[in-house]
Amino acid sequence: MNSGLINANPIVYGKKERRARTAPVDVDEYAAEPIDQLEIFDHIRDIKDPEHPYSLEELKVITEDAIEVDDTKSHVRVAFTPTVEHCSMATVIGLCLRVKLMRCLPPRYKVDISVAPGTHATEAAVNKQLNDKERVAAALENPNLVDMVDECLAPSYE
Amino acid sequence: MNFADEKFELIEIQRLEGHTDRVWSVAWKPGSGGNGVPALLASCSGDKTFSSFDAATAIWENVGDDFECISTLEGHENEVKSVSWNASGSLLATCGRDKSVWIWEVLSHNEFDCFSVLQGHTPDVKMVHWHPFMDILFSFSYDNTIKFKIFKAEDGDSDDWHCVQTLGESNSGHTSTVWALSFNANGDKMVSCSDDLTVKIWGADIARMQSADGNAPWTHLCTLFGYHDRTIFSVHCSREGIIASGAADDAMCLFVESEDGLVDEPFYKLLLKKEKAHDMDVNAVQWCSAENTLLASASDDGTVKIWQLTSSSGNEKLSL
Repeated sequence: MNSGLINANPIVYGKKERRARTAPVDVDEYAAEPIDQLEIFDHIRDIKDPEHPYSLEELKVITEDAIEVDDTKSHVRVAFTPTVEHCSMATVIGLCLRVKLMRCLPPRYKVDISVAPGTHATEAAVNKQLNDKERVAAALENPNLVDMVDECLAPSYE
Repeated sequence: MNFADEKFELIEIQRLEGHTDRVWSVAWKPGSGGNGVPALLASCSGDKTFSSFDAATAIWENVGDDFECISTLEGHENEVKSVSWNASGSLLATCGRDKSVWIWEVLSHNEFDCFSVLQGHTPDVKMVHWHPFMDILFSFSYDNTIKFKIFKAEDGDSDDWHCVQTLGESNSGHTSTVWALSFNANGDKMVSCSDDLTVKIWGADIARMQSADGNAPWTHLCTLFGYHDRTIFSVHCSREGIIASGAADDAMCLFVESEDGLVDEPFYKLLLKKEKAHDMDVNAVQWCSAENTLLASASDDGTVKIWQLTSSSGNEKLSL
């Protein structure tokens, strides 16, 4: 890997204030709470960018609005925006998102990860790779890639 | 079977657990399951630890009323993605994510010997499949195409596989990764399914295929769209022409040729859709060749299920 960064000067946005979730009263404690947009966002907002010491939220790679959830259908769709159009880390970021959600969501969930339309030069190719579960499984067999993914995901577990 | 008037359903008759990870594919051994020969089922899976690779193919035999695992084959470097028996049941082809295709020879009841290893024709070959009675190997892949190859023994030592046709977008082919392929009993129709959410039916002139030693062009006949809303991972035709499909929406569909079609173009309709056939993606569906109403399915949830197709009149109930 060459030492030059793809995007040496990313724009850093502030972190959104975390909303405290209010505990609803008169609720059956054993009922499963439906998963919503904010919960998905909470899972992925702190994932570190592979190149910079900032989270995906801070770099506005992912935003709460770019997440679609349908709990009844167990379906999640996340669109992320790489910081530059020819970002070669796009597949790594996509992989991080997929792995994190795979680990955090119940197995019944179907996850679609894609690059936000118009934000990447090879959008179709990246999307195809990210949504091919065999390719994803193959990628996760590469120990170097796994280490990178784990490093990016580490801050998001706290 | 009278498809038009009767109501059909799929009943789960057995669940095989034993793989420790998602089950990618299942295959029934040809000629088994009827006439007193116990049904033999091969299934393949992958063990997902990041540091080591364990690729196992398991062979299950129907002993009495249950299926038991009788043998495992090891050899691929990483996950074994697909298995396919040739027509006589003498050869088994497996294809792994290491992009190679292995051909195993059956030595005896439960002994298999690796006969040949074919290296990467096309990157990302998803699956390989033999033609029902000719030794033509079909492969289909991530690049949205279906290729078929004939094994030609050359003079000297070099036996080579030649690609004789590629079915791509220009022949009304798929617009995304092709995941599976299946032939009808006659070997003149082929069904393929894809990430583009469609199932396509292709045909070829069978007489020409046999005379030209396998080299006859395939043409697109029909596209089935709108039955699955996520990637369709597998299709399989039964001997009676029922097409089964399994997809990432956890459901399985059965299609039959409809009489309402036009003279020249075959028309297919949905016989039934089994929602939530598994708890996770259905990776593979396969009909038992000897028993027309037995269907096996494999899933990401780590199980293999055996289903029986029954009709409302109850005529079709068969016991194992």
